[in-house]
Amino acid sequence: MLGRILTSAVIAGFAAGLVAALLQLVFVQPVLLHAELYEGGELIHFGADSIVSAQQRTGGVDLLRDGLSVLFSALVYVGYGLILTAAMAMASARGLARVDPRAGIVWGIAGWVTVQFAPAIGLPPELPGVAAADLAARQAWWAGTVVSTGLACALLALGRSWMAWGAAIVLFLLPHLIGAPQPEIYTGPTPPELAGEFAARALGVGLAVWVCLGALAGALWSREMRDAGIAQPA
Amino acid sequence: MTTTTATRASTADVALPALFASILGLGLIVLAGHVQADALHDAAHDVRHATGFPCH
Repeated sequence: MLGRILTSAVIAGFAAGLVAALLQLVFVQPVLLHAELYEGGELIHFGADSIVSAQQRTGGVDLLRDGLSVLFSALVYVGYGLILTAAMAMASARGLARVDPRAGIVWGIAGWVTVQFAPAIGLPPELPGVAAADLAARQAWWAGTVVSTGLACALLALGRSWMAWGAAIVLFLLPHLIGAPQPEIYTGPTPPELAGEFAARALGVGLAVWVCLGALAGALWSREMRDAGIAQPA
Repeated sequence: MTTTTATRASTADVALPALFASILGLGLIVLAGHVQADALHDAAHDVRHATGFPCH
């Protein structure tokens, strides 16, 4: 059973990681590089001499830097793939959900809501150089939000009673009622327009990647179960 | 027509492997997304920002 989970998860996660790297390098990385020009002082946003073009040609390929991004992107999504496939296996074994590629898309969207969208409501994907609160506090809020939202998604999708759905609503809201750690003051050299563009693109790419991850994990796991002659809930 | 002998996997069959896979996955995400050791941070920098992990 472990071998089956690992095989499905690693293949799905690695493939999704490659899709993530490609989309990020095309759509997200140029905005990040653009922001780094402000962070490093090559461009200046505010001030008397701020007449620089907002349109900068950034991009191109930096083999080492982009290669590392591909590698870490694969690692992150293999990690997510392992957790997603494990959850699919458990839900299926308990008779709570049928796993197939189509259902996998919904699982993927739930994963995206859990680890990207919900945390982004308090801590939008940040550009280098923007003001932010203490890192440890943000990481703690991020982790708490992911746990709370993940439980909420599971209760919403797999629960069978109003009690479960009510608990899901509370768990969805709780991290945002507590609130994410915010910086004392807003400061930093980066234009807010770039920060907005970056956050939107990071979330959009994340959704596309999670849909791929969910569909692939669903397809591979349902195939593993068919090969093993294991029945699925109808 | 084939006779189907498929049985559902029991929760007990799946629980431990699923737990192990989850812990492995969590380890990868913490390593790639959260650990602040300099070398790791620099290497994973762009992915951390683009994936929405708190960074810096």
